Amino acid sequence: MNRWRAFFVSTIGSKIVMAVTGILLLLFVLGHLVGNLQIFLGRTALNDYAEGLRKLGPLLWVARIGLLAAFLLHIDAAVRLTLRSQAARPVPYAKTRHSATTYAARTMVVSGILVVLYVLYHLMHFTWGWVAPQAFALTETVDGAARHDVYGMVVAGFQQPLIAIVYVVAQAVLAMHLSHGASSLLQTLGVRGPLFENVKNYVGPAFALLVFVGYVSIPAAVLLGIVK
Amino acid sequence: MNLTLHVWRQKGPHDKGGFETHRMSDVSPDMSFLEMIDVLNETLIAAGKEPIAFDHDCREGICGMCSMVINGRPHGPEKGTTTCQLHMRKFRDGDEITIEPWRAKAFPVLKDLCVDRGAFDRIIQAGGYVSVNTGSVQDANCLPVSKVAADAAFDAATCIGCGACVAACPNGAAMLFVAAKISHLAHLPQGQPERHLRVTAMVEQMDHEAFGHCTNHFECGEACPKDISVENIALLNADYAKGALWAARPKQLSGDG
Repeated sequence: MNRWRAFFVSTIGSKIVMAVTGILLLLFVLGHLVGNLQIFLGRTALNDYAEGLRKLGPLLWVARIGLLAAFLLHIDAAVRLTLRSQAARPVPYAKTRHSATTYAARTMVVSGILVVLYVLYHLMHFTWGWVAPQAFALTETVDGAARHDVYGMVVAGFQQPLIAIVYVVAQAVLAMHLSHGASSLLQTLGVRGPLFENVKNYVGPAFALLVFVGYVSIPAAVLLGIVK
Repeated sequence: MNLTLHVWRQKGPHDKGGFETHRMSDVSPDMSFLEMIDVLNETLIAAGKEPIAFDHDCREGICGMCSMVINGRPHGPEKGTTTCQLHMRKFRDGDEITIEPWRAKAFPVLKDLCVDRGAFDRIIQAGGYVSVNTGSVQDANCLPVSKVAADAAFDAATCIGCGACVAACPNGAAMLFVAAKISHLAHLPQGQPERHLRVTAMVEQMDHEAFGHCTNHFECGEACPKDISVENIALLNADYAKGALWAARPKQLSGDG
């Protein structure tokens, strides 16, 4: 068997694929957060940023395809490994007592599926404009030319408490997934030594908290009337 | 002490099996857990019933034979202790105790609480060794080993291959066992020549044996009677990546001479 193929189908190789694609997805989550937080700089700043992204043209497609590939590889490894581990214990224990694992670690499959559903909803809402077509069609006129009013669309979206709640809950699920994932990937990539011994366990929860607070600040600010 | 035991009974590999309840009275708190089962077996034999089959050998915590999941924890409630070194004083009068075999597809139940751990032997056969050419004995200490490396190797080498890591893992993975064996030899100069061949061969065999994969729950480290650190798994992951992708492999010899 070819080296790459043998690596790719092995349990540890598949985990390393999950870890590496996980890093790419984490970087996307961070980059997207930095972009979104520009809403606090006002309508022009956010709309300039959104227009800038659109103007990237082919580069935007490179990023999109790369991101989709990372998602698919991550999910493929997750499915293969999960099925394998379910088969590894055909007869369950009558009694189990966990002593080290966390709730986040045990629910990675569920939180992962929920994150995929959320991402699809999020795309339908803000990228494809199917959820709220009127808000999606909002425009802003700059120098006589009309452009997409992302700021107005986001504010209109989160002014509806139900939609805001969906986003906050989704962020909580995402944060849970990341709190295990970001710590776990360090172990999978072989990070070790006295310097990292305890740090590894805190990296995930710290990262998850940062992401959660960052993203939730936006619907919270809209609901509280700080951003309008 | 009076105890109620729920013990897994299974006539053979193909039997469905089920729990059997036994009430025990006057259990001495000074007995080991296995001695308590011995006493129960004496009464079963006296009553003309089949005694409970369970694995045990040295009864001093070093052989790795005893294998019982006691109230949901491999080797019972005491950390860093094998079942044979667990004493009844760790339980309370009136306790209900559930006793199950290691549960893993790779460790099929042979009878009652005995499982076949041959999968571990096959992983070791795949690469868990160093090749030593015969010849005269080397000078002592001609291979310098730092204290730090010797300690790390020894900590990993204390693995007794009992399989509690597999039993404890929510995924039935054998990562801590393989990691301990890899780490043991990877820290020593004698382990270097075959280091990367070893890790690829052992992981390949591990995957072949129907063990699950590691999702970093770290239940294995908690269950390990020898307190082997899960940091060894990080070393295994790194060594595997190197061995599987980068390391050179020996050339295939052509013909047979």
